[in-house]
Amino acid sequence: MTWEWSVIWQYLPRLMEGAWLTLELVLISGLIGIALAIPLSLMRASSQFWLKALPFTYIYFFRGTPLLVQIFLVYYGASQFEFVRESILWPILKQPYWCAIIAFSLNTAAYSAELFRSAIQAIPVGEIEAAEAMGMSKPVQVRRIILPRAFGIALPAYGNEVILMLKGSALASTITLLDLTGMARTIIARTYTPLEMFLAAGLVYLAISALIIGLFRFMEYRFNRYQYYHHTDTPKGLDAQLRDPHIDQ
Amino acid sequence: MDLQGFGHLLISGTWITIQLALASLVVGLVFGLTGAAAKLSNNRVARWLATGYTTLVRGLPELLLVLTIYFGGSQLLMWIASGFGYDEYIEIGPFIAGVAALSIAFGAYATEVFRMAMMEIPAGQWESGLACGMSPRRTFFRIILPQVWRLAIPGLGNLFQVLLKDTALVSVVGLNDIMRQSQVAISATKEPFTFFMVAACIYLLLTAATTGFTMLMEWVANPAARESRG
Repeated sequence: MTWEWSVIWQYLPRLMEGAWLTLELVLISGLIGIALAIPLSLMRASSQFWLKALPFTYIYFFRGTPLLVQIFLVYYGASQFEFVRESILWPILKQPYWCAIIAFSLNTAAYSAELFRSAIQAIPVGEIEAAEAMGMSKPVQVRRIILPRAFGIALPAYGNEVILMLKGSALASTITLLDLTGMARTIIARTYTPLEMFLAAGLVYLAISALIIGLFRFMEYRFNRYQYYHHTDTPKGLDAQLRDPHIDQ
Repeated sequence: MDLQGFGHLLISGTWITIQLALASLVVGLVFGLTGAAAKLSNNRVARWLATGYTTLVRGLPELLLVLTIYFGGSQLLMWIASGFGYDEYIEIGPFIAGVAALSIAFGAYATEVFRMAMMEIPAGQWESGLACGMSPRRTFFRIILPQVWRLAIPGLGNLFQVLLKDTALVSVVGLNDIMRQSQVAISATKEPFTFFMVAACIYLLLTAATTGFTMLMEWVANPAARESRG
């Protein structure tokens, strides 16, 4: 077996282009996914049967089928219908880029909605009752109490979901997109150095996951600051004027 | 829904998918148990290797693993074999490559599930086993493993669902599974939505069956809860 380090260096800029597309796909579909997941999770956490049934079916379908089927359904499946091909959406639906984003967004929305729902149900009842007692209306409760609290609770689990989305984004290469995996496959078709190129692509994926994990650790630390708060005693020699009478007598 | 005579093709694809999932599950469980044993062992090298394995594999896309093993595996195997003086061509088929990739991925997550389950077992269980005069090995197989199994089943059930859905990736390297067979049907009928929807429904049935089977296994593995319900 011959091992060519030079191929990796030679094609690294191309791989980086692919990595950029991967990041773009994850970021855009992640944002759309959150926007879809919030109303879904609120409906799912409701106590009305009909309000619950729709998001339940949606989530069950997207969590129970492979992402590959979902991408193919959007990219190849949509063209089966005459009315889709004649609609104003067709210029979007015929591009693999937008199809990938649609499929990833719908997929991640289903998984995140389930995360957010369990986070909403994990909010202590006392906090909702307190909001109620303050006279907040339901929409104000959702905006001021439920969503911020659920966000803080769901943050670590959502970080895992983003990593899974990053791994799933490799499937964009199956519909001709040149993401990190797609780019590696194109280079391999030219140079026939599968092990070298896949190793390089794998290392880039690992670096991106490390970045995402670090980002979420930081965000969790910032957002759930109250959990990390430690009261420190006021220094003994501090000027009496600067002392806070509420903290230390 | 009119399948235009392609139903038997989809059924044969389903059978291949089930075989692939079960084979990967068996090999993956071995990887997972080995990984968990290595992570909890006193040997620093073993711990280090297992941590490297789980960290690496959990950060890599499964598709990349499948592609690497399918396109690079034979090159790697031939290089290893040439070290033993074997210079013939070695080919890795899509099924073997699929089992290898999926079980490596499954094993990395299963390592964590088994490790968590093993850490849940109170030390007193070990001590009482030893106090009854059992050897450590016998204590492990008679007392610890059945309890680890009970604690690990819900986690493993979730992982198996992920594995089942990941089998679709092996169609990319040409295994005749559900996905591949639907594509064959589509190239003849030009009805992509219909056939991919049927494929999606087959996967839904399989995941639903897995959920049911996991619940049954939980019931079987937990005699205490079963008896207490009366």
